[in-house]
Amino acid sequence: MEFELDPADLAFREEVRAFFATGIPDEWRTRVRAGLRLNPEELVAYQKRLAARGWGAPTWPVEYGGTGWSPIRQYIFWTEAAEADAPAQFHQGLELIGPIIFTYGSQELKDRYLPGIVNADDWWCQGYSEPNAGSDLASLRTRAVRDGDDYVLNGQKAWTSYGHVASHCFVLARTSDEPKRQQGISLLLVDMKTPGITIRPVATMDEKHHTNEMFLDDVRVPAANLVGEEGRGWEYGKVLLDRERMVTASVAIFLIQTVKAIREAASRRTIGGVRLIDMPGFKAKLAQYEIEVTALQTMVLRVMADAAAGTDSGPLGSMIKLRWSQLSQAGTALWVGALGPRAAHFAPLDNSHDLPADMPYAMQGALYARVTSIYGGSSEIQHNIIAQRALGLKG
Amino acid sequence: MRFTYSDEQAMLLDSILRFGQEHFPPTERHRLIRQGRSGETDAWARMADLGWLLLPIAEECGGLGGGIIELMALGEGFGRNLVPGPYMASCVLAPALLARGGAVQDDLIEQIGAGEAIVAAALLEDDGGYDLHHVATRATGSDEGWTLDGAKAHVEDGGDAEWFIVPARTAGGVRDRDGLSLFLVSASAPGLRVERFRAVDGHRHARLELEGVAGQLIGSQGDALADIEAAVARASCGYLAEAVGSMEAVSAITLDYLRTREQFGKPIGSFQVLQHRMVDMTVACEEARAMLCHIALSIPKGDAAFQRAVSAAKVRISECGIYVGQQAVQLHGGVGFSDELIVSHHLKRQMMLAIAHGSIDHHRMRFAA
Ligand SMILES: Cc1cc2nc3c(=O)[nH]c(=O)nc-3n(C[C@H](O)[C@H](O)[C@H](O)COP(=O)(O)OP(=O)(O)OC[C@H]3O[C@@H](n4cnc5c(N)ncnc54)[C@H](O)[C@@H]3O)c2cc1C
Repeated sequence: MEFELDPADLAFREEVRAFFATGIPDEWRTRVRAGLRLNPEELVAYQKRLAARGWGAPTWPVEYGGTGWSPIRQYIFWTEAAEADAPAQFHQGLELIGPIIFTYGSQELKDRYLPGIVNADDWWCQGYSEPNAGSDLASLRTRAVRDGDDYVLNGQKAWTSYGHVASHCFVLARTSDEPKRQQGISLLLVDMKTPGITIRPVATMDEKHHTNEMFLDDVRVPAANLVGEEGRGWEYGKVLLDRERMVTASVAIFLIQTVKAIREAASRRTIGGVRLIDMPGFKAKLAQYEIEVTALQTMVLRVMADAAAGTDSGPLGSMIKLRWSQLSQAGTALWVGALGPRAAHFAPLDNSHDLPADMPYAMQGALYARVTSIYGGSSEIQHNIIAQRALGLKG
Repeated sequence: MRFTYSDEQAMLLDSILRFGQEHFPPTERHRLIRQGRSGETDAWARMADLGWLLLPIAEECGGLGGGIIELMALGEGFGRNLVPGPYMASCVLAPALLARGGAVQDDLIEQIGAGEAIVAAALLEDDGGYDLHHVATRATGSDEGWTLDGAKAHVEDGGDAEWFIVPARTAGGVRDRDGLSLFLVSASAPGLRVERFRAVDGHRHARLELEGVAGQLIGSQGDALADIEAAVARASCGYLAEAVGSMEAVSAITLDYLRTREQFGKPIGSFQVLQHRMVDMTVACEEARAMLCHIALSIPKGDAAFQRAVSAAKVRISECGIYVGQQAVQLHGGVGFSDELIVSHHLKRQMMLAIAHGSIDHHRMRFAA
């Protein structure tokens, strides 16, 4: 087994490090380390800065405006970004719809939409889930009916994250009824300014507005905005599962930020003059956490190596998603614990005083972390995938 | 040996459950919680009418002399409907501490029982962890009385208090067990800076800075620690029962959801992994309730045994409560994460109860000591 960076990779690392040495505002740090998304304006500014450097789409081929980086270079890039407390890039355009467009979309769609994703001129949201179609996405009921040169969309989407800031949405809708539920589903690209779209905020337990419900009432979408062929939308999503492992892989790398946050919080706090970080009980817990993060990072490295060699990683992506969500939950919980009694000080009741260090973000991160085992395929569903696809155990 | 409530205790629990459903049904609770204290005042007045604010107060102080088990019935009832308010702080902890004192304190206890005053104990300091004996705040006596200097990092449910009970050193070093005295301080006393915070469960806490603040000595000088520890252990029983009530309620809600939510053409409760998870949640509830019984059984064995049982219960009930709360959210999927359902509010309350009056780590070490 060997893992050596060649001189060109080493030079690349220096280049990336130099890039991240500046331009990452201090006020991002706690939120980023808590696994919380920055505000849309901040994320857009960050994406634009990367794009200006030619690094807007680290996982995309050069011909579509990507970097064309090898998996090893992607790994280097993300590790350096994480070390510098830079945020993870917003993924719904870059990793979810962009690659579908460049793989299955028409030339017209590629020309129209890909640059906007890389340059952050557009913001994409994902309109897949519905109130009764969550884990069982194939039961979705939103309809798209062809009428002349348009499709007319009707239905209700649930959990449309960032629908309130998005300029575009990629929507799965039923275009025909087939014996197999996965058939007859199509993928449409929708401009959020189209009449008939209503976005309603959904309040969540972390007290941060990031998600919405979306109502579609006779929303007319030009037929040219159909991706690929009618009725094959489900397949396109599936094929991309392979790419999605890279998304989780990249966010898993960012867990080293949480380790740092815990260490700093525990170095700041003392009990009877002794720093928490020097107390055997806490030290052991942090060590345990760091060991588990290390194991996950090495799993990520293996996925990257598979990707570089063009081999299938099987269920490794699911395993990484599973462990990443567990570790983001465990890490933020440990962090909040390190804050002691003042973890109960979440919001000031008047504006005349300050919150304790790391608040409210550490707590908000701990609350937000609960959803990481629910969205993007819940942990139970990841277990099913591993059991069925990798172990051949059928229900 | 009896492991159930007596008839009167069961009736008390019953009326608290009805009270919770009436005043804080989930949707209404939401709206009220956002209003802060003013959203709770109607319910508080009603509790005063029902005599519940007097219930845990000792008879010799004019209360109804309710014991630990009555306190547990109350706490359980609150937990089931997540009834907000500073009950344990103001009606359990504060009167137990005030009981050290004389006539003036009797008046204040009366006001507490009538729902006219809220009192909170300022027990924790920076650098002190959850150690009650860690007190750097100093009291200086003169002809004009006592003045206090120092800071208190966290006052549980102190956000709406009109009075604070403040432990301060009249002798000894910061971490000595001797030399602690209790003082009563008005929230509007000159020299006192009160910072108020809301927690994720809607409870409102405080942080204090004291600079030459006038305080009234409560009871005798220099020997308050034993009473503080006993009072905190007693109040903790209320919190622990609240945690058990909350976890049982959210388990029942989850069980119901497993039966009704369908995915893949069948109720999600037909998936074996969710059945087993639900079983583990039920086991956790059972174990948590057993820890309440463990406390009850320790009462006749004296204060040291009682306090050790409370620490044991703090560890295990907190772990069970957080587990149940987390899994309730998980098994509800996306809607579990929403603010709209009561489910996530149970988890947040569990997280906060787990650090109220000492974290799991703190009590584990205390049990081991
Ligand atoms: C904050 C947030 C943001 C989101 N953002 C988006 C978004 O931008 N776009 C979008 O399209 N969707 C989004 N989602 C939706 C998300 O993907 C779904 O919540 C998720 O797929 C789970 O579906 P559900 O909520 O309907 O839960 P359900 O599917 O009803 O699941 C309930 C429980 O049952 C379990 N379960 C279900 N089926 C099985 C099975 N076969 N075996 C064992 N257990 C099972 C689940 O694991 C879960 O514990 C978001 C959700 C949240 C909460």
